[in-house]
Amino acid sequence: MTADVADIAAFALRVGDDALIAAQRLGEWSARAPEMEEDIALSNIALDQLGVARMMLTYVGELASGDEDSLAFRRDDREFRNCLLVELPNAGPAATSGAEGDFGITMAKLLFLSTFQRLLHDGMVASTDEQLSAVAAKARKESAYHVDHASQWTVRLGDGTDESHRRMQAAVDDIWPYTHELFAVDDLSVRLDQAGVAPAPETIRPTWLDLVDAVLAEATLVRPADGWAPEGGRCGRHTEHLSYLLAEMQVLHRAHPGAQW
Amino acid sequence: MYGNDFGVSESLLDQVDEAERALVAAAQRRTGAGDTTDQGGSASSGVDLQAYFDAVIGADQKIEPRDWMPDSYRKTLIRQIAQHAHSEIIGMQPEGNWITRAPSLKRKAILLAKVQDEAGHGLYLYAAAETLGISRDELVQMLLDGRQKYSSIFNYPTLTWADIGAIGWLVDGAAIVNQVPLCRCSYGPYARAMIRICKEESFHQRQGYEILHTLAHGTPEQKAMAQDAVNRWWYPSLAMFGPPDVASTHSEQSMAWGIKRFSNDDLRQRFVDMCVGQAEVLTLTLPDEALRWNEERGHHDYTQPDYDELMRVIKGDGPCNRQRTAHRRRAQSEGAWVREAAAAYAAKAQARATQDEQTPEDAVAGVST
Ligand SMILES: [Fe+2]
Ligand SMILES: [Fe+2]
Repeated sequence: MTADVADIAAFALRVGDDALIAAQRLGEWSARAPEMEEDIALSNIALDQLGVARMMLTYVGELASGDEDSLAFRRDDREFRNCLLVELPNAGPAATSGAEGDFGITMAKLLFLSTFQRLLHDGMVASTDEQLSAVAAKARKESAYHVDHASQWTVRLGDGTDESHRRMQAAVDDIWPYTHELFAVDDLSVRLDQAGVAPAPETIRPTWLDLVDAVLAEATLVRPADGWAPEGGRCGRHTEHLSYLLAEMQVLHRAHPGAQW
Repeated sequence: MYGNDFGVSESLLDQVDEAERALVAAAQRRTGAGDTTDQGGSASSGVDLQAYFDAVIGADQKIEPRDWMPDSYRKTLIRQIAQHAHSEIIGMQPEGNWITRAPSLKRKAILLAKVQDEAGHGLYLYAAAETLGISRDELVQMLLDGRQKYSSIFNYPTLTWADIGAIGWLVDGAAIVNQVPLCRCSYGPYARAMIRICKEESFHQRQGYEILHTLAHGTPEQKAMAQDAVNRWWYPSLAMFGPPDVASTHSEQSMAWGIKRFSNDDLRQRFVDMCVGQAEVLTLTLPDEALRWNEERGHHDYTQPDYDELMRVIKGDGPCNRQRTAHRRRAQSEGAWVREAAAAYAAKAQARATQDEQTPEDAVAGVST
């Protein structure tokens, strides 16, 4: 069974939006990181995510319509297809807009996201879609670095001081509910799996859990119980946070319709 | 892409390469000759050391960290390199201000990478300063306490996207003109750091120029935005070269030591001459009605920046001094728990490694390491 072009575009949009919104949140850390070396590392990761976003959104443009910039800057929040996890503020899910970033929250988000991305990219290398396979082949190496970086910090913070242990556990607890959406099954994911375009998300979760569990254990952190599992990002029902993120990201582009930059 | 209009900057980059070759050549000439640590106690007389230092400076050779140097030379270098490092770190703020609002994904990526480069410059420079026997933590503390300065240019706000272009073209441009001669600085680690940094700054200048070029050839609103930014950044950029020569306090001794090679006014003139042609290609106007070519001098005449304003900004009363310092202090204090955790974890890991090194027999015998 061959894949529908619209399905491939819809999938590329999910992957691209995850990376774009993740890059936007990481970009907010610029000149604010706890160490100068970390400023450089967070920018590196943001640049990698932005690179994947640009390739994916460009591909969406080729398959459907628009280009990377019209897709990034001229869609409203209801049209974005990223998971909720990436749009959560750097200060945490319950933070008000503009609150100071919490490094523990950012590392928890990065650990969960990049471990998912690494496994997704690994699976996508075998995609029947050549373009997706090519992007994944490049991105998987970057994801491995992101996982490594987030794992190291999770361990340092979890097994550091009493305060850092408390804060890292709180961050893991806050972010955990949002990880379930990464593995959610819907009609699109079933069709993509059948057509060999992308691995079924639910099949990624056992390996993801093994990897994450190992990091949490080394960090002396407890894996939270599964329970509340907010979702909606994949069909455009987001948290209140995304609209503010887009307001900032899109303000200049939208103020000058048709302009080149 | 822009033809010959970058000719002057290209020649500056050639000078960086030349300085790099000279550095290698100087290192080869020096091998084995006059290393004070090799001479052990025999060269301990202050007179000999001073004479040797003077000879190295006189021969345009490099002083290296292991060499004896006058205390005032060391202090001057620490002050200058630290101020330079602080400028890179504080300079991340006005530009980082537009990362989340960059108007295209390509520009966002270029700006992220640029701000990241500046953090890297800060780190090389702190490392160069550390070779003089002071730690990065001490230097950063002096920045936070206001005991050391950073370039006053970063106390101006980035109000529009065009400011990112103007900073790249003018501020990075002025930095290059200032720093290319430092690639030949008499202190080896500083000279080497500057060679690396100048190469990256020239990319920054080109990127800023490209932003302005695109805006100036875009919609009328974009062109107005670009002109407004150039109007606001021109004189502060001229002020980056410091007070006029007649009023400059540090210049003479620094010249004698081979730390400084050209006067503030000479460098400022070089910068003005470089910008005039580039502004024409940009189709933007430099905000100086007195700016014109002087055939006799072979240079452009221009209006001096307001040095009273420069002094006010240096003393702390620029538009963003308070904001920039508060931002840095906040990043430092908000990140304290993370740095403490990293230190605590490293100590635990070290203790575990030491324990693992003991063989079971050692442990039984109660031998401690
Ligand atoms: Fe720099
Ligand atoms: Fe720069």
